[in-house]
Amino acid sequence: MNNIMEIANLSKSYKDFSLKGINITLEKGYIMGFIGPNGSGKSTTIKLIMNLIKKDSGEIKIFGLDNESNNISIKERIGFVYDENYFYEELTVKEMKNVIRPFYSKWDEGTFNSYVKDFGLPLNKEIKHLSKGMKMKFSLAIALSHQAELLIMDEPTSGLDPLIRAELLDVLQSLLQDENKSIFFSTHITSDLDKVADFITFIHNGEIILSQAKDEILEEHCIVKGKIKQLNTHNQGNFIGIKQNSFGFEGLSTNKREIMKQFGDSVMIEKPTLEDIMVYYTRRSEHHVSSY
Amino acid sequence: MNIIISNTSDEPIYLQIVTQLKEQIVKGELVESQPLPSIRNLAKELKISVITTKRAYDELENEGFIVTVAGKGSYVAAINKEMFRETKVKMVEKKMADAINTAKLVGLTLEELQDMLKIIYEEW
Repeated sequence: MNNIMEIANLSKSYKDFSLKGINITLEKGYIMGFIGPNGSGKSTTIKLIMNLIKKDSGEIKIFGLDNESNNISIKERIGFVYDENYFYEELTVKEMKNVIRPFYSKWDEGTFNSYVKDFGLPLNKEIKHLSKGMKMKFSLAIALSHQAELLIMDEPTSGLDPLIRAELLDVLQSLLQDENKSIFFSTHITSDLDKVADFITFIHNGEIILSQAKDEILEEHCIVKGKIKQLNTHNQGNFIGIKQNSFGFEGLSTNKREIMKQFGDSVMIEKPTLEDIMVYYTRRSEHHVSSY
Repeated sequence: MNIIISNTSDEPIYLQIVTQLKEQIVKGELVESQPLPSIRNLAKELKISVITTKRAYDELENEGFIVTVAGKGSYVAAINKEMFRETKVKMVEKKMADAINTAKLVGLTLEELQDMLKIIYEEW
């Protein structure tokens, strides 16, 4: 049993949005980044995993167990960090901790206190007076103090400064020193994942576009830059997306070999970032956005 | 053990690790049976993914530069003398190619280069 989470043919329909039979598998010991533009289905998926909303069809297994019929026992083993503050604003950090603590049979006060110290959390301050970064650190301290094996985070880095984001990534990597733990992490700030993520799942319009090792994704794709007159209807087929301006074009391709054959040294071929990949795949339909 | 990762280089990160570790093993800076950091520790230190460090170690193991003992960790392997020599020879070839490249830029002839090589060789 090496998969900590298995999602198969998961569907959920709303009036104006639907998750269309998605599949995601996460192995033990790795970080998976879950990326996609706003409104692509990231939060819906995470809510389904957390059994906060009902699925229409499909299967979600966590630790090999069905997530609906084993709701409580699974949640004991999950640490959850949400992008919005879901704590009682009027309570102090310490009071809030004491509210949450009894829910977890494996709560470890010592671990919590170490995080309080590392993060510099003010125990006696009311939660409403914490900065956004401190609130996230508090969520994280709570999520990591009951020996969770799977950490699920929904947009934990949005709205945080680069310093705190770097600190967070450091904590995540420390957690993965234990090869039985995994992290599932949704974000649209892909630069956080360019470095540390092992796997990337990319969702768009409720469908999974890519779900594989990050290194593979980055190696399979390339950015091509050249002159507009080099493009023709024939070779445009090799691109996932092309951006043109008055002075040249830039495109994303998965077919480096074919590009080299057709263009040779006349174009510049570069390594893409996850952001490039996300932007090219998602702008395929809507060609032009201008200001009026 | 020293590893410097470039995020702007075209060379994939796992290969950067492979190349740098190989170089240190061949140069004797990392010695036989010296323990290496775990893949998870290395990933954390370098702020890169575990898959990347795992791939680097797998590659080094395949080429015989390191050995991994399940449950214990990875160590610098006893490198085969012939392989060691071959790697060194390749390094020399590469440096010569670099030198020739520069020489051609300024128009040095083969004879001039040979003379130069002879003088330098005898000096050392």
